Amino acid sequence: MNQPELLPDLFRSEYRNIVSVLSYSFGIKHVELVEDIVSDTFLSATEDWSLKGTPDNPRAWLYAVARNKIRNHLKRDTLFEKKISKEISTLTETTEEPELDFSVKNIADSQLAMIFTVCNPVNSSESQISLALNLLCGFGVQEIADAFLTSKDVVYKRINRAKEKLKDADIDIRQPLLEEIPERLPNVLMTLYLLFSEGYYSASQNRILRRDFCDEAMRLNMMLIDNKLTDTPATKALYALMCFHASRFNAREDEMGETILYEDQDDSRWDKDLITRGSYFLNFASVGDEVSRFHLEAAIAYWHTHKEDTLEKWTRILDYYNHLLVLEYSPIAALNRTFALSKVRGKEVAIIEAEKLQLTDNPHYFSLLGHLYTGINNDLARSNFQTALNLVSSPTNRLTILRHLNKLSKNPNA
Amino acid sequence: MNEYLLIIHRDLINKESAPSPQQMQDLIKPFQEWIGGIAAQNKLVAPPKRLDTSGRVVKGNVVTDGPYAEVKESVGGLIIVRANSYEEASDIAKGCPILNWGASVEIRQAIPNA
Repeated sequence: MNQPELLPDLFRSEYRNIVSVLSYSFGIKHVELVEDIVSDTFLSATEDWSLKGTPDNPRAWLYAVARNKIRNHLKRDTLFEKKISKEISTLTETTEEPELDFSVKNIADSQLAMIFTVCNPVNSSESQISLALNLLCGFGVQEIADAFLTSKDVVYKRINRAKEKLKDADIDIRQPLLEEIPERLPNVLMTLYLLFSEGYYSASQNRILRRDFCDEAMRLNMMLIDNKLTDTPATKALYALMCFHASRFNAREDEMGETILYEDQDDSRWDKDLITRGSYFLNFASVGDEVSRFHLEAAIAYWHTHKEDTLEKWTRILDYYNHLLVLEYSPIAALNRTFALSKVRGKEVAIIEAEKLQLTDNPHYFSLLGHLYTGINNDLARSNFQTALNLVSSPTNRLTILRHLNKLSKNPNA
Repeated sequence: MNEYLLIIHRDLINKESAPSPQQMQDLIKPFQEWIGGIAAQNKLVAPPKRLDTSGRVVKGNVVTDGPYAEVKESVGGLIIVRANSYEEASDIAKGCPILNWGASVEIRQAIPNA
């Protein structure tokens, strides 16, 4: 067994490439067959390479074996042949055998086509994310289940239903047309955004897996930037947003895996390269008239890469939240906006605004009130943190609230 | 929850009562903050539309210049919000920073579809 790391690495990069190229040729109807053939190809690689050693060109080996397996399948399965042969002949015309094109360009084309297929709104966004993780990123059902803190069975069913829906709707796996971009791209960007968030905010303890999810979301986002068709200001803004968030990945957890809150983070551990890259893309995103939610969220995230509390920082952040809420309401944006307001206009003003929000089933609402009342009315601060504690479910958030309560009892005049 | 139209009236006829460019500039932030506060409560139905000060009036076949020259206070802007009652809608309207510049806010409840 030489190079024990090679095969998992190849699996990560090539599984999705081969699945994309084959699916691009054969269509969504045969996606399960394609997955079986690609899995089988990797199984053959495991067996063959451990006996004979790794081939000189492992990628070419995988492509050749996948091609052969498809060919054998076509010969063997006449029913399949009947169904498919038309589709293949239109694709290849000159030969009866599928000419699968594993060129860099065709891999990129087929991946783009697959992104738009997987991120089709016939499926719920939750299903789109699972399907993206599975088909576009090559994560196994078990890994996805771990991240979502659910069972393998649930994810398996969710992915299968999503595939069925795509088949029922007879979705073509093809490049989007230029005129479809304004309508289709926002949903694709949203799915990548949620995929990133799944990695960034997941309650799963599996830190490596969560980092992988974020990296995958960024990789897919970069593919959209690399393609002229999908390279819009919003695409770049989303990438900038991911860079700014990802820059804190290593600084926000200690060696024990406990969360370190933003204000307690050592900003020398923030990834400067990612911050620079984010700023670069945010700059290029700032053309045209469109101000998407990703622009605003990236601008907010940009200011959060400045650790120091300045009036300018919080005035800008408040501005962006005001704008963001007009575009699209969300409870978390409402709460963050009120926090920014307290930094600009003081806690008394923010308390009045906070109490208007009435998000009484949201633990973060009571945590915010607890924070705002700290130092103004510590009894109310305590009771709000206590209410938050009763509502909260994630252990990380629970710990954060307990720390606040602890601080309050240690220093009643804080 | 019902929808309420907030109509901001300003005196567009009397030149002296018009805010200076600097005053207009100073109003932008508080105005955005007011709107942001409404949006944060998920009560913003339609974001504000600022209206220009020229306008036309059509009456019968006659088109005249100016936004309703007969009334001293013309419509300066429109916002639609969600509220449970006139009282709540009034509380929202009270936050409008242009009130400090002599504007008034008219509130009208949209009649819910039966």
